[in-house]
Amino acid sequence: MHIHRLEKIFLGLGVITLAAFFLILIALQVGESFKPPASSMTIDPTKVASTAPFDRPGLRKLPNGSYEAYYVGQVFFWRPSTLTVPLGAKVRFYVTSTDVVHGFLIEHTDVNLEVMPGWVSTATHVFRHSGDHLIVCDQYCGAGHADMFAHIVVK
Amino acid sequence: MMVLDRMNTATTSAQRRLIFAHLTVAFAALFIGTFFGVLQTLSHANAIQMPPWFDYYRMLTAHGVLLALVFTTFFITGLSHLAVYQTESYPHRSIALGWLGFWLMTLGTVMATFEILAGNASVLYTFYAPLKASPWFYIGAALLIVGTWFALLEWLFITGLWRREHPGERTPLPAFMVLANYIMWFLATIGVAIEVVFMLIPWAFGWVPGVDVLLTRMLFWYFGHPLVYFWLLGAYLVWYGVMPAILKVPIFSDSLTRLAFILFIILSLPVGIHHEFSDPGIADRWKLLQTGLTLMVVVPSLMTAFALFGTFEEYAAKLGKTGFFGIVGSLPWGDPAFAGIALAMLLFIFGGIGGILNASYTLDSTIHNTMWVVGHFHITVGGPVALTLLAATWRLLPALTGKRLFSVGLARAQVWLWFVGMAVMSFAMHAEGLMGAPRRVEHYTYGGSAIAAAWQPYSLLAAGGGIVIFLSVIAFAIVLFGTIFSRPDVTETESARAFTFALARPGDEAPSAFDRLGLWTLVAIALVIVAYAGPFYQHFSEHVYLVPGMRTW
Repeated sequence: MHIHRLEKIFLGLGVITLAAFFLILIALQVGESFKPPASSMTIDPTKVASTAPFDRPGLRKLPNGSYEAYYVGQVFFWRPSTLTVPLGAKVRFYVTSTDVVHGFLIEHTDVNLEVMPGWVSTATHVFRHSGDHLIVCDQYCGAGHADMFAHIVVK
Repeated sequence: MMVLDRMNTATTSAQRRLIFAHLTVAFAALFIGTFFGVLQTLSHANAIQMPPWFDYYRMLTAHGVLLALVFTTFFITGLSHLAVYQTESYPHRSIALGWLGFWLMTLGTVMATFEILAGNASVLYTFYAPLKASPWFYIGAALLIVGTWFALLEWLFITGLWRREHPGERTPLPAFMVLANYIMWFLATIGVAIEVVFMLIPWAFGWVPGVDVLLTRMLFWYFGHPLVYFWLLGAYLVWYGVMPAILKVPIFSDSLTRLAFILFIILSLPVGIHHEFSDPGIADRWKLLQTGLTLMVVVPSLMTAFALFGTFEEYAAKLGKTGFFGIVGSLPWGDPAFAGIALAMLLFIFGGIGGILNASYTLDSTIHNTMWVVGHFHITVGGPVALTLLAATWRLLPALTGKRLFSVGLARAQVWLWFVGMAVMSFAMHAEGLMGAPRRVEHYTYGGSAIAAAWQPYSLLAAGGGIVIFLSVIAFAIVLFGTIFSRPDVTETESARAFTFALARPGDEAPSAFDRLGLWTLVAIALVIVAYAGPFYQHFSEHVYLVPGMRTW
């Protein structure tokens, strides 16, 4: 089998580039600076309304000064529909669904979660700009999917 | 039997009937699917509103199923029958297996399409549980998939006969490419078959109270990503096998072609979790592992790019042309089959680059479930794959019907319109996605949000691209029906020569290890175990709630 010299160079450069991409991801994961969402928390999807803290969706402040936000998605709305967050707050989001799969996307952030009944998805975001953030459902959930949204007001 | 050269034999009329039957269903799916497609771009751009009796999501489900699953599967299976019949030349009663497969696929398609159009299965082509469709939709999907297994069985049988009569020789390259693709496909479809037959159908009938949502998604994407390589290898069969024949040059390298296909058998399967970067319940280390494997599957496509440029260079050298512009200028752009396939290759450069971006979960978190993803698969399956298959039709039609193309000019216009329309639409979708527009929504106002208003110009641009693509489909239909309903006017030899597979260069024989598909199948299975043992072990060691599911449309 003959491999042309130029092809060896071409493939070599390609493989080195791909390896570099992969090494960056390994470094980000080992260095704890970027990991994909991978929560393994489960919840009984038929009892979300009576399971704390999802029985009272919303924001709560932790003793260390950071925040936790609990969200429940169901056809076709998010609870809470509006959340007020202090400027500069670091918020850990916990999101679940009572019925079908939803998607939790806070526009113009990296918070982008598949929200599955029976599971709690998590992500963290620091709100550095004041103003209104739009949350949309970005996973098809049925007839009213396009009208499923909420707001976060940072002030 | 008429022999054309040492690779190609003329097909029999019985074989051509089976191939044409596959193309007939493929084209019916194309016409209905693209009509829905253009309506969707207009609806998405808030230019029209679909009536409640034919809502956006049932149309979107039909569009995805008919184009991504039905058009591709029927066309590629028909084309693969041709590749095997033409290069292994065994008219045999095993063709009954091919027909059995065809009728199962067709029955499944009719069942699934009926349920979708009746509004009983608006679950989109990913049919994520616990959206609960009619059980007949799932049964139809299962039949469509299982039908393809019988085609593979027929080709394995024919190849066995060929090998017995040609001891020590390599399987003809086109047949090898077909077998490699369908062995990979078979391994992939086992996942979705388990999902549909053992989980979704009993649940949809109400025999079991709930379904394990994450497990259905893992099984679906174990199938769902190899599915895109199944489409791509259908196009590669044309790029590697037919393109050099159109240019009348030998295959760039028989060995490297086989190596590329072997790499696809091995690396197409253990990557499905890159569709689930945002899912809970799968640890980050498994996501990292499958990201690495996903990046590796880029390598055979880099090899393909090199081989195809090599083929173009060799063609130009025969005409005494060198240099980039000399080579590009010398290519036979007037031939609609060549022009379409070459433009398809050009689109794939952008599709491939986008794919590498998506494979990195750092970038995926920005564009996951946005219109970017829709743009990405329209510039991969909608561009490179579909345009290759449509352009190949301009040679398949004369070969199968014995008739000259109704209008070469219109066929040429067809491929350019598709190219321009798909490039524009896909660009607009990518841009919209980067700005945060979610996918799979019929309209977006979000209570008058300014963010959503900024997407509007790109939605309109995408709709413009969609209209151009639909014009291409109209041109396609005119040439297709014009050709079919005209009188035969080419000789049998001329017709058989219309669609041939290229020969390897003398002395270019692959090492025998490259022909051992059984061995590479075992390697592929081993790598699937490496990639999926961890996620499945994690899944089965957690307490998972079953979800009853509902119909939300």
